[in-house]
Amino acid sequence: MTEIASPRHSIRFHGRSYHAMVLAPEPPVASWLAGLDTWLERSPGFFFGRPVVLDVAVLQPGKQDLAELLQKLAERNIKVMGIEGAEPSWLDFAMPPLLLSGRQTSVIAGDIPPAAAEVPAAAPFSDSAPDAGAPLSNAPSPPGDASSTPPMDAPPQQPNSLLLDSPVRSGQCIVHPEGDVIVVGSVASGAEVIAGGSIHIYGTLRGRAIAGSRDARARIFCRKLEAELLSIDGLYMVADDMPAHLRGQPIQVWLEGDSMMMTQD
Amino acid sequence: MAKVLVVTSGKGGVGKTTSTAALGAALAATGKNVVLVDFDVGLRNLDLVMGAERRVVYDLINVVQGDAKLAQALIRDKRVPTLSLLPASQTRDKDALTDEGVARVIAELKEKFDWVICDSPAGIERGATLAMRYADVAIVVTNPEVSSVRDSDRIIGLLDSKTERAEKGERVEKHLLITRFDAARAGRGEMLNVEDVLEILSIPLLGIIPESFEVLRASNLGSPVTLNNPVSAPARAYFDAAKRLNGETLDMTIPSDKKGLLGMLFGRRAA
Repeated sequence: MTEIASPRHSIRFHGRSYHAMVLAPEPPVASWLAGLDTWLERSPGFFFGRPVVLDVAVLQPGKQDLAELLQKLAERNIKVMGIEGAEPSWLDFAMPPLLLSGRQTSVIAGDIPPAAAEVPAAAPFSDSAPDAGAPLSNAPSPPGDASSTPPMDAPPQQPNSLLLDSPVRSGQCIVHPEGDVIVVGSVASGAEVIAGGSIHIYGTLRGRAIAGSRDARARIFCRKLEAELLSIDGLYMVADDMPAHLRGQPIQVWLEGDSMMMTQD
Repeated sequence: MAKVLVVTSGKGGVGKTTSTAALGAALAATGKNVVLVDFDVGLRNLDLVMGAERRVVYDLINVVQGDAKLAQALIRDKRVPTLSLLPASQTRDKDALTDEGVARVIAELKEKFDWVICDSPAGIERGATLAMRYADVAIVVTNPEVSSVRDSDRIIGLLDSKTERAEKGERVEKHLLITRFDAARAGRGEMLNVEDVLEILSIPLLGIIPESFEVLRASNLGSPVTLNNPVSAPARAYFDAAKRLNGETLDMTIPSDKKGLLGMLFGRRAA
């Protein structure tokens, strides 16, 4: 007997990321709430319709206090969509879910007294164009506010290297500002590889390698040095400046202070 | 299945037109239907090398712009009946070529011929990019010297990015043809040797054409070297390359014009 499988629609799941505002209360809660109230008096609709995440990593409230805090925020018409930095045991089913691995983007900070509150928040901007003042045009932010926020724990870094398994041809320009570039093959004369991090060439480097546009610790590695130009963090060296005995050798280049070091690997 | 082949190099004067004519004639001699298309609009030469300059009526631009039918513009070779030529215009410039027009002409040629061989102009501008645009196979012609090799490298990069195949995520089959090779000078280090060129360009080698006066003589006579003197060293190298294009596997040799002992003693006649 054959069994006829009923046609089933497959269910698809998508991952998607959103920007949310993060509220990070500091002890004592009462004065933090007072500061929040002052803020809300001036911009009553500020939290309306905005996704808000509550970060309790600093506050460490415990289950009872967390429930109270959520209640108090609800009274102020602040809907919390997720909680960060809480122990799972503090949460019950009625509470917003625990969020993990958030990434800091630009900081929105208003003129709340720093002792009372801090609103590091994620606004819909990339970190290359911080423009936190725009949504808060009625609340001018004091200069230096962004730096006064305590540094967050570094967000877990995604592996962000670019691997190319074909040679980089003359005239091609590989730009990867976010991480390392690995080329399995050669980089031709007249080609250019620009990386935010290190550059690894598993072949002959005949073109230009420009590493560490954001990182002075970046290095350049290649199997055979015939490069036209090497640069790390803005410091550069043309072919004429390279030690003659390293030509054609496998080398490693790094920075020590303001000098470029080069050694045979 | 018709194949579109582009003969390209980046640098000028390395032997694209000579190689197009010689390979086209060699392929046609095996019975394949071959058409040579000159894309060097404004500086056409293929008609001269093929000895067809006095029979040009319509050209590629006329066909691209719809002023003439393809059959009117094609010139059939008098020596090899399966070989045809679509000449370029000498009076227009490369801006007269349009992407759609070229696509239409290539599609039409693919219905009639087994091999459509496009002779690319030098450079990386419109003429060269349109010549390679619809290619299935590319022959990169290189002389064993550094500027030619670097320009070829640039062209290989363009073949991997600007062709229709590359844009569809497929690959253009690429072959390297080293021309004007002089084994003696390469041995003395006056020229790059074959290994250096292959190491830099890292694409498979189709053939090595030795430097020979036979090539210049054939060009001046208006005949591809493979027809003019089929037993000469460059002609044999081109025949081998054509066989490899057809999928045969041959040992890579550099043919030379062998001289006997007397020939070496009496190399030149005084009068």
